[in-house]
Amino acid sequence: MSQVQKYNGQDADIQLWTFPGGIHPPERKAPANQEPIRRFPLADEFIIPLRQHIGALSEVQVSVGDHVRKGDLLSAPGIEHGLPVHAPTSGEIIEIGEFPLNHPSGLSGPGIRLRSDHEDTWGQRHPLPDYRNQSHLTVLEHLQRMGIAGLGGAGFPTARKVAGARGIDCLIINGAECEPYIAADDRLMREHAAEIVRGSLILQWMTHASSILIAIEDNKPEAIAAMREAVAQTREQLSAEQQSDFVLKVVVIPTKYPSGGERQLIQILTGKQVPAHGLPADIGILMHNTGTAWAICRAIEHGEPLLERVVTLTGESIGSPCTAWVPLGTPVQHVLAHVDFTPEAQQRVIIGGPMMGFTLPHLQVPVIKTTNCILAPTRKELPPAGQEMPCIRCGACADVCPASLLPQQLYWLANAQDYDGLKAHHLADCIECGACAYVCPSEIPLVQYYRQAKAEMREQAIEHHKAEIARQRFEARQARLEREKEERLERHAQAAKAREEALAARKQQAEQRSASGTTDDAMPDANSDPVASAVARAKARKAEREAARNEESSAVTGTDTVQAQDPKKAAVAAAVARAKARKEAQAAAQKDTETNTEASTPEDKKKAAVAAAVARAKARKAAKQKDEDS
Amino acid sequence: MSFFIASSPHHHMRRNTADLMRLVLLAMVPGVLAQWYFFGWGVILQIALAISVALAAEALCLLARNREASSGLRDYTAVVTAALLAISIPPLAPWWVIVIGTLFSIVIVKHLFGGVGHNIFNPAMAGYVLLLISFPAQMTSWLPPVTIAHELPGFWDSVRLLLFGFTGDGYSLEQIRHVDTGAMLDAVVMATPLDHIKTELAQGFTLSEAKGAVIFQGVAGSGWQWVNLAYLAGGLYLLKQRVISWHIPGALLGTLAVFALLGAVFAPDQLPNVDIHLFSGATMLAAFFIATDPVSAATSTRGKLIYAALIGLLIYVIRTWGGYPDAVAFAVLLANLCVPVIDQYTKPTAYGHHEERS
Repeated sequence: MSQVQKYNGQDADIQLWTFPGGIHPPERKAPANQEPIRRFPLADEFIIPLRQHIGALSEVQVSVGDHVRKGDLLSAPGIEHGLPVHAPTSGEIIEIGEFPLNHPSGLSGPGIRLRSDHEDTWGQRHPLPDYRNQSHLTVLEHLQRMGIAGLGGAGFPTARKVAGARGIDCLIINGAECEPYIAADDRLMREHAAEIVRGSLILQWMTHASSILIAIEDNKPEAIAAMREAVAQTREQLSAEQQSDFVLKVVVIPTKYPSGGERQLIQILTGKQVPAHGLPADIGILMHNTGTAWAICRAIEHGEPLLERVVTLTGESIGSPCTAWVPLGTPVQHVLAHVDFTPEAQQRVIIGGPMMGFTLPHLQVPVIKTTNCILAPTRKELPPAGQEMPCIRCGACADVCPASLLPQQLYWLANAQDYDGLKAHHLADCIECGACAYVCPSEIPLVQYYRQAKAEMREQAIEHHKAEIARQRFEARQARLEREKEERLERHAQAAKAREEALAARKQQAEQRSASGTTDDAMPDANSDPVASAVARAKARKAEREAARNEESSAVTGTDTVQAQDPKKAAVAAAVARAKARKEAQAAAQKDTETNTEASTPEDKKKAAVAAAVARAKARKAAKQKDEDS
Repeated sequence: MSFFIASSPHHHMRRNTADLMRLVLLAMVPGVLAQWYFFGWGVILQIALAISVALAAEALCLLARNREASSGLRDYTAVVTAALLAISIPPLAPWWVIVIGTLFSIVIVKHLFGGVGHNIFNPAMAGYVLLLISFPAQMTSWLPPVTIAHELPGFWDSVRLLLFGFTGDGYSLEQIRHVDTGAMLDAVVMATPLDHIKTELAQGFTLSEAKGAVIFQGVAGSGWQWVNLAYLAGGLYLLKQRVISWHIPGALLGTLAVFALLGAVFAPDQLPNVDIHLFSGATMLAAFFIATDPVSAATSTRGKLIYAALIGLLIYVIRTWGGYPDAVAFAVLLANLCVPVIDQYTKPTAYGHHEERS
């Protein structure tokens, strides 16, 4: 864009390109754009949805019963780029809960209900008139705090859009307003041109863009004249340095739907295309709606949060079509009550224009930041869709597609639920402008098919993601089970081996024992049989004692041998002694066994159990160690 | 109160398939009137017969396929097919010719392939080719134009000829077709200009000799040039009404003209020149009414140019070297076969995807 001629005091025309396709539906901007923007009495109650824009939900800062003044924060700013909401007027918070959303889904969402006190008293306002001496961050935070969002389409938080854009060369202010019926930007440009231009200058200061192009379709001559005048006046006020710094121009573009689409307008003004899956910033372009520029100006110069917007009220079921300043949160019902709305049978109430707007099931929804039009057409004016007929492959849809897609092929693919084919035909690049369905001679609701296919593909992607995670989880579990099973088998093998070794050792010992004839080895038995071990120990003790007595008796016999000279006497004495000893030993042994068994049984049992446990633990430890080693 | 729920867009151009088909039929009126003027009532009778048979066949097919017959009949596609076939065949061909052709077009070419929007071939042209191959004698028995004929049969004689093969006075179609050439004692059977040129050139005559025949009064053959001009006028009306785009007629006529010009430059006396190619035979009918059939044509803009240029080339090739004097039906069917390939390779680059392509 640096090639664009710099401001030279005249409206040097820049070259315009065109985008493929497009349609020329009846514009029908009049009569809504004929009268100055109106202002209705305040509604009694306002419903302020917490989510009016893309971004996280912000935290409620008020409670039921609080009295708030106009512009007061109702929810906290700054969480994950979520925008705060403000009190559109002064009054009392009467409910915090779920309310029907102004959304195609017709679902409910969290919001705040405020009862107006009809005083409309302003709270504290914090303007930032010397923004040029502030840091960009301060200004961004200010815009965030003021709840500024894109007023053109999706309501993207403005501060986030500006902050995310680096290396901006060209700033485009979108005043194309290409959709039929809608006249909100038209009236705003006619009546508030200077503020829009000043808002654009703030954006230029933040992005250092070398050109500001204000694009307006040529079906709005009054708006073009007003903007041109405002631009000329602003230039006079700019310093010479500023004037040479950047180009500031009103560019008149031919009327063709959907020239106001972001990507289409970029193509018209620069001949460039935003790369698929990319952002305009990728090619040095930032685009904001005229309404957004106005809101930025109010927020900086007056410290006014985004509290109201211009809404087009039109369609033949509305007796006095017009544009109006509507405080955000005003129920649609209240707005329509002031414009002689006389619904016919099966009335459609469309939020937005006839090409991309959505119908409301009832009027108890609030006006929000993106509500640029409330259209209530009669059935004669915009007849409802006719009967869907078979596609005759005429290709009219492809001729009008601004994204150079093949709507007819997308239709076949969507019918066949061929999601890979839809991806290959770039369904994601469809902007749902409705041009294809508008021209289709078979009256096929093509956009509806695409929306459905897109939703199914989104669903499928989520399902796919979930399935992928589940698969990973399952595989991890399978691997763990397998590993544990192997470990267990290994442990079993180790234990079996240990048992075999122990058995073999015992066998060996038993063999040795039988070979040497000793009954000495009672230990393995001790491990397993406490009773047997006690018996064995008792036997051993008895044997000992017997041996001792043998010695004693032999000693006796020794003394006896001294008296052996009398063999008869000696023999008798010996016999008596032996008998005595035998008797004694018998008694002693009996007593010993009794006491021994009595005393040792419980204690030994415990000991044996402990020993067994210790042995088991040792075996396990050994097995484990072996595992770890392996 | 609750309101009507609908999906966007809520606005429609309000020109549906039936409107388009009605416009096509309207645009055919000048050409049909010219045919009626030069060749008599036969063409009107053929159209009436063909439309009746087509509507009956369409209704039966829709019923057999469990489709709603009324909505299918109201789209006028069967009427257009029948009318196109009827004006393509000789005006006094026996009644069963057009009946067979129409039944084949509607039942086999259209409905057996899935009904409106699904047929691969142009139904009228497929029907025409079937008739041409099956009944060559009946399908080449064109009448001499009123300018050189003794007299054209009246309405009732036409009806009788169509139904029974004889006029009220007992003349057969062959006798009606005889023309007193003036130069010869015997009357000769009249051929179409293209047929005449083909025969003469094949016999070694030069183009100027061939064009000396009585049929060549005017530029491209007596009667025929006016019929072509009338279809051209109808075609321009369709262009103006944006029922068709310029791509198909432009590319078809352009290609045909370029090759005819080359032929005229390199072999001026052996090959018919541009005016004959453009204003004789079914050229204008093909360019504006037949090749523009959306169902069987290519869809993208580039695809349409290629498709139509292919038809133009094939018309020239078959007329010059093929066995038939005219070639529109064969050329269109051959090009129909190429449509899937053409569509595949002429996909426009979607917005933002230019870098992927390069």
